[in-house]
Amino acid sequence: MTRKQKRLAVIAGGMGVIALAAVLVLVALRDEIVFFHSPSDIAAEPVTPGTRIRLGGLVVAGSIERGGGTEVRFAVEDGASTVAVAYDGILPDLFREGQGVITEGSFQPGSDTFVADSVLAKHDENYMPKEVADTLKSQGVWQGEGEAN
Amino acid sequence: MIVELGHYALIVALATALVQSVVPVIGARRGDLAMMNVAHPAAIASFLLVLLSFGALTYAYVTSDFSVQNVYENSHSLKPLIFKISGVWGNHEGSMVLWILILVFFSALVATFGGNLPATLRANVLAVQAWITSAFLFFVLLTSNPFARIAPAPMEGRDLNPILQDIGLAIHPPLLYLGYVGFSICFSFAIAALMDGRIDAAWARWVRPWTLAAWTFLTAGISMGSYWAYYELGWGGWWFWDPVENASFMPWLAGTALLHSALVMEKREALRIWTVLLAILTFSLSLLGTFLVRSGVLTSVHTFASDPTRGVFILGILVLFIGGALSLFALRAASLKSGGLFQPISREGALVFNNLFLTTATATVLIGTLYPLLLESLTGEKISVGPPFFNLTFGPVMLPLLLAVPFGPLLAWKRGDLIGAAQRLYMAAGLSLLAGLAALYFATGAPVLAALGIALGFFLVFGALTDLALRSGLGKTSLAVSWKRFAGLPRSTLGGALAHLGLGVSVLGIVGVTAFETEQVREMSPGEVTEAGGYTLRFDGMEPAVGPNYTEDVGHFTVLVDGEPLARMDSAKRLYTARRMPTTEAGILTRGVNQLYVSLGDPVETGEAAGSGTIVVRVWWKPMVTLIWYGTIIMAAGGIISLSDRRLRVGAPSRSRRARAAMEPAE
Repeated sequence: MTRKQKRLAVIAGGMGVIALAAVLVLVALRDEIVFFHSPSDIAAEPVTPGTRIRLGGLVVAGSIERGGGTEVRFAVEDGASTVAVAYDGILPDLFREGQGVITEGSFQPGSDTFVADSVLAKHDENYMPKEVADTLKSQGVWQGEGEAN
Repeated sequence: MIVELGHYALIVALATALVQSVVPVIGARRGDLAMMNVAHPAAIASFLLVLLSFGALTYAYVTSDFSVQNVYENSHSLKPLIFKISGVWGNHEGSMVLWILILVFFSALVATFGGNLPATLRANVLAVQAWITSAFLFFVLLTSNPFARIAPAPMEGRDLNPILQDIGLAIHPPLLYLGYVGFSICFSFAIAALMDGRIDAAWARWVRPWTLAAWTFLTAGISMGSYWAYYELGWGGWWFWDPVENASFMPWLAGTALLHSALVMEKREALRIWTVLLAILTFSLSLLGTFLVRSGVLTSVHTFASDPTRGVFILGILVLFIGGALSLFALRAASLKSGGLFQPISREGALVFNNLFLTTATATVLIGTLYPLLLESLTGEKISVGPPFFNLTFGPVMLPLLLAVPFGPLLAWKRGDLIGAAQRLYMAAGLSLLAGLAALYFATGAPVLAALGIALGFFLVFGALTDLALRSGLGKTSLAVSWKRFAGLPRSTLGGALAHLGLGVSVLGIVGVTAFETEQVREMSPGEVTEAGGYTLRFDGMEPAVGPNYTEDVGHFTVLVDGEPLARMDSAKRLYTARRMPTTEAGILTRGVNQLYVSLGDPVETGEAAGSGTIVVRVWWKPMVTLIWYGTIIMAAGGIISLSDRRLRVGAPSRSRRARAAMEPAE
């Protein structure tokens, strides 16, 4: 091979790696991302059962019911709609009534209860997940940041 | 009074930085040595002024001066002294002052030890440093003044977020910033080289130690942050692919690439344009990291106290510096002549391979981190990109790179022999496969993929050892001679091999804990036992306790082996009094490289178990987990050993220059 051909081969190899990475990224962006829905989004347009989504809102006061063991049921709302959530596991330290949380999981066929396999609350007591804050603003029930921090 | 002094010092530092931004550049253009020399005292003065300012803020924290808003919001008089001090950078304003302090400290180092640099290069480098300093000083003074007072002064502070009250998080931000900001020097050198239109091996010899130092600090900082998240958050995870973690990981990946390309540039004067671009990109990613963490544009589990208006300001800084630097690069890069030809199969070729894969990996992380932002601003749809995305993209890109690592150091410069390298690695490869088979045998039912992962980790470790053994002629000469040769190896060779070895150790830890970890969540009543990793864990009951600024419920556990008590473990639920904020303190028992990890859930309050002291407990057995952090410590040690290499002290020509400098009157 001449020097020019060698250089071309190297450049082609490099391009191949980048193309492969690009394909991986595109596939992953199609299959591995999780969309965020608020309770009112779900009221307006139900999510196909089995699709993994994130559901976020405020924990409805008085809705937390502990079952046997680590099972817990609660509801999240955004001022307009409410969705019931079932979760089996340890809740984050800052999980409490009125707190903004994000849950991740899916709806089961034929049920209105969202089955979550993870629940996130932020580790700052003033925290409001950004998605939840945006939803509350759009629903007109936003109370402000609390104390500026 | 002292607080106001700190504020004024910061303003004067801005004035000094502005002078340092302009005068030396004009001097370098005109060839006016007097104007260029302004940079030196200005850099020293900036450093002293910012140090004074930082000292004043620390003083306010230590004396619990709650008339300062920043202290009121982030401190408490009952907090232990160490956390009063770490509280200075446990918040936005203070951490930005620390960022600037490190920046001007590095500028001062360049000013002091840069006597052997060409005068125009030094003037330009210090000026570029001053541009960054000025931008960030404007940012702090206009949007995040840490010295703002409140009247009337409150009696007591609101305390620092309790999960930040930890020794790990006291050290983590300074280390991370030393890394981030260390790359600013590489950036400034790159910009100065573009302004000069000149670049050579001496330039690379200057940039490499800075890259190495920054990389070492960043490695240590990320590792520390990861371990902190692991034990303090009580979730048992060591990496979440969270945007804030990615923000520190991207400069690390790019910095690792820069470390390797600067090596080519220094040894062979090839890859000049690429190295300059990489230096710009690495610091740009550091700035992006600061922006992502501080602006609040991303939903993260780790960000604390962020404010969108500041985000816009940092975004401005970001656009100015990254856009400006890349424009300058586009204009001037052609003037940097490329040198040093090489064959595709050679050390240079291997390092190009390294750079190709590392930058591609950085790009996948960047896309995963920014895509949600982009999509939301374009379509309004909110998505989250989590570990599955990164496992599918980052993993496959890194795999060939990891496989290639042991080959790199065995290839000769210019023209290498791949088959020869493979022949010298057959022993390492054979031993690694054996280790993989052993894993398959001992951990019955282990997935084949895990065994291959273990083999890969061992291949990296044995590959690095093979490199050292070959270089010291082990087996070819007597032990005494090869020991002598080993001791005589260049420190950078030793450091490089050690870093590769550490990488292997980390890979082993990652594979081990991912594949063999067991987790159980269950209710436990006092006296009840559970099994994990061959140990028996007995719950002995809960007990309330009181700490300096918190109250807690401690769960006592006893670990038994064959019925014999081995150790006690405590895990607690804490409530920090000032903020009424609960946290979970995990109980961790380290056995060799494995850990038993216990974290408490809520007490059971319903059903028949209510009130009997029954509690939900999460128990993990994490085999090989500590190897992850041991590996990073070995990597960082490799960095430090490389730094001590004589070759990185700029060579002989500097001596005469320094002698001349000594005869000049003091500046």
